[in-house]
Order: sequence, then C-alpha cells, then structure tokens
Amino acid sequence: MKTFPIGGVHPSENKLSCAKPIEVLPLPEVVNIPLAQHIGAPAVAKVAKGDKVLTGQLIAEAGSFMSANIHSPISGTVTAVDAQPNGQGLRQVMITIKREGDEWVDTIDRSKELIRECNLSAQEIIAKIKDAGIVGMGGATFPTHVKLSIPAGKKAEALIINGVECEPYLTSDHRTMLERGEELLVGVTILMKAIDVKQAYIGIENNKPDAIAHLRNLIVQNGYTGIEVTPLKVRYPQGGEKQLIAAVTGRQVPPPPALPIDVGAVVCNASTTVAVYEAVQKNKPLIERVVTATGKGMKSPKNLLTRMGTPILSLLEAAGGLPEDAGKIINGGPMMGRAMVNLESPVTKGCSGITVMSGNDAVRREPSQCIKCAKCVSACPMGLEPYYLAKMARKKGWDELEAQMITSCIECGCCQSSCPAYLPLLDWVRLGKQTVMGIIRSRAAAAAPKK
Amino acid sequence: MANKLIVAPAPHVQSSQSTTSIMRDVVIALMPALVVSVVVFGWSVLCVTAISVLACVAFEYLIQKFVVRGPLTICNWSAVVTGVLLAFNLPASIPWWIVVIGAFVAIVVAKMTFGGLGKNPFNPALVGRVFLLIAYPVQMTDFPMPANGNFDALSGATPLAAVKFGASADVLGVQELLLGNMPGSLGEVAALALLCGFVYLLWRKVITWHIPVTIFATMAIFALIVALSRGVEGNALWQFPLFHLLAGGAMLGAIFMATDYSTSPMTIKGGVIFAVGIGVITMLIRLWGAYPEGMSFAILIMNSCVPLINKYVKPTRFGVK
Amino acid sequence: MEVLIYTILTLCVLGVLSAVILYFVAQKFRVEEDPRIDEVEKMLPGANCGGCGFAGCRGMADALVKNDDISSLFCPVGGSECMKAVATYLGKAAAEKEPQVATIRCGGTCEKRPRINQFDGAKSCAVASALYIGETGCAFGCLGFGDCEVACAFDAIHINPATGLPEVDVDKCTACGACVKACPKMIIELRKKWSKNRAVYVSCVSKDKGAAVMKACKAGCIGCGKCAKVCAFGAITVENNVAYIDPQKCKLCRKCVNECPTGAIKLVGMDPLPKEPKTPAAPKTTPVEAASKNSEPVAENK
Repeated sequence: MKTFPIGGVHPSENKLSCAKPIEVLPLPEVVNIPLAQHIGAPAVAKVAKGDKVLTGQLIAEAGSFMSANIHSPISGTVTAVDAQPNGQGLRQVMITIKREGDEWVDTIDRSKELIRECNLSAQEIIAKIKDAGIVGMGGATFPTHVKLSIPAGKKAEALIINGVECEPYLTSDHRTMLERGEELLVGVTILMKAIDVKQAYIGIENNKPDAIAHLRNLIVQNGYTGIEVTPLKVRYPQGGEKQLIAAVTGRQVPPPPALPIDVGAVVCNASTTVAVYEAVQKNKPLIERVVTATGKGMKSPKNLLTRMGTPILSLLEAAGGLPEDAGKIINGGPMMGRAMVNLESPVTKGCSGITVMSGNDAVRREPSQCIKCAKCVSACPMGLEPYYLAKMARKKGWDELEAQMITSCIECGCCQSSCPAYLPLLDWVRLGKQTVMGIIRSRAAAAAPKK
Repeated sequence: MANKLIVAPAPHVQSSQSTTSIMRDVVIALMPALVVSVVVFGWSVLCVTAISVLACVAFEYLIQKFVVRGPLTICNWSAVVTGVLLAFNLPASIPWWIVVIGAFVAIVVAKMTFGGLGKNPFNPALVGRVFLLIAYPVQMTDFPMPANGNFDALSGATPLAAVKFGASADVLGVQELLLGNMPGSLGEVAALALLCGFVYLLWRKVITWHIPVTIFATMAIFALIVALSRGVEGNALWQFPLFHLLAGGAMLGAIFMATDYSTSPMTIKGGVIFAVGIGVITMLIRLWGAYPEGMSFAILIMNSCVPLINKYVKPTRFGVK
Repeated sequence: MEVLIYTILTLCVLGVLSAVILYFVAQKFRVEEDPRIDEVEKMLPGANCGGCGFAGCRGMADALVKNDDISSLFCPVGGSECMKAVATYLGKAAAEKEPQVATIRCGGTCEKRPRINQFDGAKSCAVASALYIGETGCAFGCLGFGDCEVACAFDAIHINPATGLPEVDVDKCTACGACVKACPKMIIELRKKWSKNRAVYVSCVSKDKGAAVMKACKAGCIGCGKCAKVCAFGAITVENNVAYIDPQKCKLCRKCVNECPTGAIKLVGMDPLPKEPKTPAAPKTTPVEAASKNSEPVAENK
C-alpha cells in the first residue's frame, strides 16, 4: 500500500458523518461574502449598497492574476460593503446581501443532466475556471486557474486528484466522491485536457473503501482511459500536496521555492474537481460547497450542501445545535483548522468542515518540560526537528531557523499532536516560520532594485 | 453554551501518551526482570530496589523543594525509573548506605544539576553506578551466588569476569544466561525477562528498535570477527557472540539505558551511530580493557557524543537529495 | 641519570616546538583590530540589550570607532552623557537625545475590557496575534501575554495580573526599545521623559470607529476630537479614529485630560486640573488666552 516516505501520524479518525448523505441546507436570509477568501490579492467589489443581485452573479472581480472572482450565492439586495469581523474576530471587508427569493443568472444550467462531452480548448477551460472563481476547496484556497496555468518551460506529467481527506472528522470530500462520482470523473478529464496530461491518479486513503470501489466501477463502466484510483495507507498528512505527490508518484518536491510542477505534478482536490465540472459544463460559479458539521458532542453530524456566506451558526443548528459543554469550534478539522470566536462569520470557499470540540477535548493539557523523546522528529513529514525549531523560535534565532529549513514546514501539526509533554511546538514553529518568511521576503525586496 | 469559547492555534489534538505514561511503561517493562531477580537472589533484591527508588524520589523532591524551585516533577515517575535502573546495576548484597550514595549521585549530581528531566547529558543511573564502582570497588563486585545455583566453578564471579580471567566462553549454557541462573547485578541476570520488557516497550511505542538492535548487531559482529581471528571453529564460533550478548549488562544497557530519551540522539540515523559506538566500545573494554564489563562506560562515553551527533546528524529532509 | 637528561631534553624540545607552532598559528589567525574599540566598549553600559540596533555593545563600539559621522548612533541606555564621553574620546560629534521612557498605550484593563474568549495556545502575544483578535473584542489593544516582559533586559516592565496590562518601572526603564519591537500590536511607544516622571498620553491605539471601540472597551479612544479642540499647542492630532499627543509639542497643561469622555488620556505624576463646572463659560477662553495662561504651568525638565 502506497504512502509518503517520512514521518506522519495516525490520529483517531472520528469520521462520524461518513455514512450521512449530503443534505441541502436551507438558504440563509443574509449572507456575508468576504473579498479575501483565497490566497493572493483580495477581490475587488463590483457592487455597492442597494444593488440587486442574482444568484451566480459576479459581485467581486479578481484583484490580480493571483486572485479569484466571487459570485453572489443568493439573489437579493446588497445591504453593505464594509469591514466585519471574520471567524477570528478580525475585521475584513465583506459584501452583505439580504436574500429575496432565489433567482439564478439564466446562463447557468441547473439541470441534473450529466454532460460528458467537452470540446473546449485548454485555454477556454482555464478561462472558464477563472471566471467561475474556483479555488482549492481542501482548505488552502489556492486559485485553481493559477495552478492550471503551467509556467513556460515546465511540463505537467500527471494530474493527481486529492481524495485523501486525512483530517479527522471531515467527510465532505468522501461524500462528494460517493455521490458525485460521475461529475468528478468528467471533471478529471476536463482538468487533464486543461494541463495536457495523459495520466490522472485519484489518491484515496483505504479507510474509504466504498469510495475507492465506486470510482473504480465508474471508470470501468464508462471506459475512462488514463484515470487510475490509487488506494493509500491511512496516514496523516497524506492530503498535504507534497505528501500526496510523494505517495502517488514517489517523487519529492524540493524545498521552497520549488513547486509541485517542478516534479511534473498538478494536484487538485476532489470537491474542486466537481466544481470544475460544474463551471465548465454547466457555467455554474463556485457559490456553494459541501461542509461537514461534526463533533463528538453534536447530536447529528451532517454533510451539508451550503451556500457561501452562510453563518457558521446555522450549520451548527442544522447538525443538532451546540452541546452544553462545547469549548472549541474549529473551522476545518482538528489538525489544521482554525479555532473561531465569531459564530456569525460566514462559510467561505475553503471551509470543508466545522468541528466542535467539547469538554476536555477542547482544552490543551498542561505542558511540561521537553524530555527529548524525539517523537516530534520522527513524526515530522518534512524531516525537520520541531523541538529544536520551537526552541530557536522562542530564542529568536532566525538565521539558524532558516538554515534548519523552517520554511519547509507545512504546519501539519504532527509534531505537536505527538508530543507526550504537550508542548506547544507548532505555535512557536509557525511563528518562527512566519518571521523567517518575512525576513526572506524583505531581503528579496532589498535585492531587487539593485538589478 | 455556558462557557467562553476556547481558542488555540492548530493542532487541536494531543498525544495519548504522556511523560508519566511513558515512564510508567518503562517501570512496567522492568518488572519481569525484577521478578526473576527475586527468584534468583532472594528477597534482598526487593530491599535494594525499594531503597534505591525511595532515595531517588526523595532526593528529587528535596532538590525541587529547596534548591531549584519550580514545579514538582516527582509525579512523572522519572525518578522511579532512575531508582529501579540504579538498583538493577547493583549486586544484591550491597549495603543500604551505598545505595543511598548512588541515588544521591544519580539524581543530584547527574540529573538535577543539569536542570532535571530532559536536560541531563548522562544517564543518571549509570553515573551513579560508575561512581559507586570506582568509590566502592569491593562491595560493587562482590556478587552473591544465586539462591539455587549449582555451579561452583564461578565462585561469585560474574560470567564475564570469569571469562576475563581465563574461563572459556562456554562455561555457562545459553539456558542459564537466558534465565539468569548466575551471579551478577540485580537486573542483568535474566536476558529473557529483559527481552520481554523490550517487546513491551516496542508494543507501547515507548522506544524504537533501532538502538538496541544495532547495539546487539555491532557486538555480535565484533565478537564474531574476534572469534574468527582467534581461529575459533565449530560450535564455539557462534557461542562466543551469543555469550557476549546474553552475559553482563548488554541487554539491560542496550534496551533500557542506551534508549534513555535525553541521553540518546534525536534522529534514527544518529541513534544508529550512537549504538554502533556503544557496541564497539563495550567489546573493546570487555576483551582488552581493565574491567570485565564495559556497557556502562560505553554508554556514558557515547552519551558525551550525543550533542555532537545531534548537531551534525540531521533527519532526512523531505525533497532534499 | 641518563633517563633524567632524556626526560628533560624531551620536555624542552616539546615545549619549544609547541611555542613555535603557537607563534605561527597566532600570526596566521591574528585579527587586526583597533584598540580603541575595546576602550569604547568599556565606556558603554555593557547591557548588550540591542537598543542601539546592534547585536551587542561590541558591535556598537565597532561602529562608533569606524564611522566618521556617529550622529546617527545612540546608546539609549547610557544616554547623552555616555555618548558625550565616547565622542570626546574619539574626537567626534555625539548625537544628543532627550531621555525617553517606554509608555504603554492601552488602558483596556480586565474591568474596562471584558475577556470574551479564552486563549489556550503558547503564552505569547506574537503567537496569539498571528492567530486571531485576542481574548477581548478589541483588535488593537494589549493581549496581555507579556512578550514585552520577556523582551526587557532590565526587569523594567511587568504584567500586572490585576489589570492584565504591562506596567513600566520608570526608574529601571532605559528606553532601549526592546519592548517596542516585541509588541506585535505596536502599543508601546518611547516618549519623552519629563522630570518627576510626569506624563500625559493617549492610552489607546484603536483605529476602530467609536461605536466599535465602545462595544469592546470602556477605556478606548473613540476619536471624538474633543481633546484636539481644547489643546492650545496643536499637540493633539486625531487620525484613523485615534488621538495622539505629540510629546514635543505638549506642555503638560492637562486640559485635554478632563475633556476625554472615556478617560483614555492618562495623566501620570500630576493632579488633574479641577473640573470646571459644566457652564457655558468653558468655550469663552480662546486658544490664545489659554496658551498664555497655561504655557508655563509646568517647567520643562531642562
């Protein structure tokens, strides 16, 4: 069974909602759409207070190449374009829309009919994906059209579809693969055409045997060539881009600034691939996604098809309401998700799940001293020494941190979750990484004008 | 929702292991050897172990209470581990006050002066043992006979000492070595019981196999080469390495002392270098040194190389060739 | 006898050999250095705090000796006196700066600014501020995890557990600026140090609009501008919804303190002006009159 070469952990999977079919969440009355819900420049608002918008209408345009369009998830009236607190309580510019019915832009094909044929050229496909504002839906929110635009001189050799979903609790990709397998496979062929590759792999961990079998069946039934389902051994962080490439192809992406394309791989998340299908074949922009609302204390963990901008609170209510002892509410899964303070904050393009931690699970245990057990070193999938990086970050030894390759850190959290002394290793390593990245950037900026 | 929301950076999952559970597992892994030791040497074994453990815990408590003020760490069982390991390195007939002195050196000198758990460069129990070996050589090498022993030829010398001073390596059968029917320190007599502890530690994911197995392999290969160069043939050719693996403190040292977290390297590669060093130095001392047993010295010498190994031996970085 | 001679000879030869090797090695690896650097380093306070911008006093001494123009170099710990001594020794012109002190520009105590969530990560302001807004509703205020306290090499800044805010020990503070750099919220400012440690400053840096400030904190500056109107010296400016008192222009007249509706303007080492009864008499005094009346109430410290 294939997997990535070094490190990794196996946290309790807790896939509570893996057998729950996707449900459609009732439309929200008011949505808040942040202009920055992707990596890169924020989008630029194209509507103002008082404007009427339709579902699927462009409301904010990509601010640069490294940015993404944003469309209205509902129809109604724009009531504000103003700074509002996001999930972390920080103010961010959002477009607020009050819902009036649900009237779609008429170019969007809302029928259930599956369209296999795609006669567009690679450029046209990428242009359609860009127009639809599609970004990586696994959480990284990297604009998909940027990923598909292969830089000159580089050649993509394989497309890898990320159906790993290695985060505990989350099941949105799992359910999408099961229920929208047909669309997923058409999406794969479209993506293969866009980057001109003959081979695609769908990486799925073997804790989802039903998804593996289902997709394999569909491939055989419909006679797809060049698409292969690759079962992977269950190990976190297999869904990390670099880990997945290494697991599927055996090639390791060199440290930053190298990119996956340097080893000929393009990785795309399973849900994103379905969104690509909808954008290219149905003209439907990215205005809704499947979000898992889950947690051990939740009455009925669910997979909910949710419009962007829906308040997090309404998802929690749909999943049975917050339990009495709820302590921590995480946007994403427990390994990499961000804890939230503001439950009125909206679902965004990168939000694959809401995990509620209750009782003792929500509180970190008291840290003690490092016993040098080296469990963090063997858990690190990037081959770093988290104990040392954390120590140096505390001491502000930025040069040493750079020499020890802190910029390779993918912030997966394996180190901290394997520490028997409960030390906040990643808290410090992340701080060190951010500082070192800042130093590298300012150095590059200082060197640039001289040339 | 009655309480304030809790916010922390990711990850929001913590290990099921804790420092305390790890230390407790080490103590549990040492128990089979303790039982065998009681069977072989009688109840005085329990007495020595109890004194050692109590003294170690008491010294750690006193130091933290009065000298280095800070959170008390005696509840994490690390002092208990040191106490048991120290006792396992002593003969059953040792006077109680020597045990207390050993515990003092182990905890106060070797552990707490460096900042306590995780910061000590040398294995505390071994520092205690080596100190006692140098300070009280007579009491430390006066090994009582097994309670039900039936071989007179050795007369209180450990198998290694006997071989050192002329006996051939097959004086004791493999069976005796495995079951501990021989004179020696408390914990080193029963190889089989120590191996049970090894399996337990591996199962509980407290240690990895790399360091112990590398030590065994190095010692075996070294012994085999020596045997070959001495022109040993036939059965004795494989008996010589086996004897060196099973006799003396090889098992105890390789499984429980060389794998001590804070005094062993942080990477697997480093651990292998460390283990090869221990194996070679042990065999050098055993075969050509002044002492019959070299495990403790070998571990301490390699302990001193650990910072260097940690500095130069880095883990395999992802994506770097 | 022979043995003795051999021994002595061997030792002598060994000694001479080592001496020769040492001599050549020392020649080879000798570092040419201006001896004045050592002297200057001795004159510096030796705190190695980094307040001058160099890693330690040695780096500063090196720069002082090598640069012809040292007016841009200043040791905040040693102050003007120390710099004057160094400059005299080197025969260069010294930089002169008035004494400064670190000032905490946040008044959001536990009482005034309720905690609405609980931070459970590593106890560091930098870690918390990279993650989220902080334990209160104010995105600009003090986080209270004490990065400034850790950064201070002079034991001059401490978090008061009762208020959750840092407090500066004015006598110990050397204005090295370590806390200023350590604070991710940029709350701490080096401000002019008046005699008898008197000070007037706005203890808030929130750029939020008034309503948002009021919601999060009862001691915040809401940017109403009343203080700026009453200031006769043009020392107060309101920008981005927050007032700032320029310490160079401020004459410690204390008028603004009574004007502030939220008490965000802090007064240290002085009694406030008696509150004038709320009569229409207040606007009668024109700024010019106010200036003439109040320009001399407090002598500057020079």
